[in-house]
Amino acid sequence: MKVLVCISNVPDTTTKIAFTDNNTQFNTAGVQYIINPYDEIALARAIELCEGGKGSITVINVGDSSTEPTIRKALAIGADDAIRVNAAPRDAYFVAKQIANVAKDGGYDFILTGRESIDYNGSQVAAMVGEFLSIPSISIIKKIDLNGNTATIEREIEGGKEIIEAPVPFIASCAEGVAEPKIPNMRGIMSARTKPLAVVEPVEIAKVAEVKSYSTPAPRGQVKMIDATDAEKLVEALHNEAKVI
Amino acid sequence: MSVLVYVENAEGKFKKSTYEVVSYAKEVANQLGTSLTALSIGDVADSVLAELGKYGAQKVLSINNQKLKSFVNQAYASIIAQAAKAEGSKVVVLAASFSGKGLAPRVAVKLEAGLVDGAVELPVLSDNKFTVKKTAFSGKAFANVELSSDVKIISLVPNSFKVVERPESAAVQAFEASTSENDYSVMIKDIVRASDKISLPDAELVVSAGRGLKGPENWGMIEELANLLGAATACSKPVSDAGWRPHSEHVGQTGIAISPNLYIAIGISGAIQHLAGVSSSKVIVVINKDPEAPFFKVADYGIVGDAFEVVPKLIEAIKKYKETA
Repeated sequence: MKVLVCISNVPDTTTKIAFTDNNTQFNTAGVQYIINPYDEIALARAIELCEGGKGSITVINVGDSSTEPTIRKALAIGADDAIRVNAAPRDAYFVAKQIANVAKDGGYDFILTGRESIDYNGSQVAAMVGEFLSIPSISIIKKIDLNGNTATIEREIEGGKEIIEAPVPFIASCAEGVAEPKIPNMRGIMSARTKPLAVVEPVEIAKVAEVKSYSTPAPRGQVKMIDATDAEKLVEALHNEAKVI
Repeated sequence: MSVLVYVENAEGKFKKSTYEVVSYAKEVANQLGTSLTALSIGDVADSVLAELGKYGAQKVLSINNQKLKSFVNQAYASIIAQAAKAEGSKVVVLAASFSGKGLAPRVAVKLEAGLVDGAVELPVLSDNKFTVKKTAFSGKAFANVELSSDVKIISLVPNSFKVVERPESAAVQAFEASTSENDYSVMIKDIVRASDKISLPDAELVVSAGRGLKGPENWGMIEELANLLGAATACSKPVSDAGWRPHSEHVGQTGIAISPNLYIAIGISGAIQHLAGVSSSKVIVVINKDPEAPFFKVADYGIVGDAFEVVPKLIEAIKKYKETA
């Protein structure tokens, strides 16, 4: 069984977000980069599904050489090898095209991603890869098990869940709960240094979307404190002032 | 070159978020000086479809057969793309729902279109540029994304656009589209609905609790409060990690990002990762016994107090309010 896990290189969740160049560039100064947390969940589940020699895991990242520490971390956690598409990720369409281009001849039984990246919160890549490869894509999954060439998957829907069966090959995007992220051990960290990391060049694709500028949410007004014994005052404020109940 | 809006139904009915999407798409059509066509897939009565006229749709295309009764991602994406081509639509609008998030990217590839997923405002059109604002960095910021493709796709975040009623009517027409066997290779085995639960992404009111509740056995009062308000329940990450509540209730940067009208946070300190997923709530109420909790800095209303004392009082106050309302 061959599995491909797509990982994105994102700012750490504690990052305070700021912009430069007249709010046109994300300020990367002092920012720690990590594996996108949802992609870590996808990787953790792939490792569980391949345990006991049942398969091999390749991780793929679209990024310049600065993302290699993140890729090495994925190798330390348990991926067998890695591919880096040597290009700054432009937009989801571009990233998905690069992944699909690598995956099309890779013979992967299935591909996992996270449900979205925590930087641009796009939940586009998995379904776009699915469309580029003409394979099913199942978005925002909560559970995945394999039985031969068929996966049983739980997908979240509004107010419930859907249980579906998908034949390989397919791509699915993983949400919280699919697996617990794994912490690399010393053996993993040591072996990650020597695991293969192939670098491939990107394919050309027309630009369809571009972030032109950023803004931050308007600051909220001063908090109105209400005495703990006066819950009625809060209800009154929510009804008459805020008009939300 | 109409604008096309895909109208998602739940068992033959439309939710408020569908009317939001139609209202939004109508505004986009007005901006572009064109008409609005809605596309419905699955079993929806013509009388229900005709109601979409009230929100701005001039024409409603409807396609239904046994295979399309429940959501099939690939087939639905193919039909939406075919409808967009048939209508000559340069803009396609969908909801950023669980299904919409799976559909929009596939439609985008089929139409070689740029996609803004999670739009929060109408597009800005100037100098032949088409720019759409969306949340980024899990609500810590917004990004203005310029779409330069011929066809443009937008998915809209629930609760980010008001439903607008208009004095118009819509003509319902059957739509024909072709799908292949390959489009149906994923089989839906079962759909499990938590019947009395309000869906978190759609919820207008959310009551959320954190570690301050001390254990899962204390969630009864949170559920009672939510029930009284008609709110969805949510929780912080440590709570879902500890297994006190399901992961599907976890809101925050690595959970679900929400933008309800009212978010009541009880016993949640307000770590940066939690705030990231809830900061676009219109009104935030924070109840915490620690006056230094960072959540108070972003709250609209705050109560410093023990959840076990404040919440029962709040429940009584809401009961009283409902009796007199």
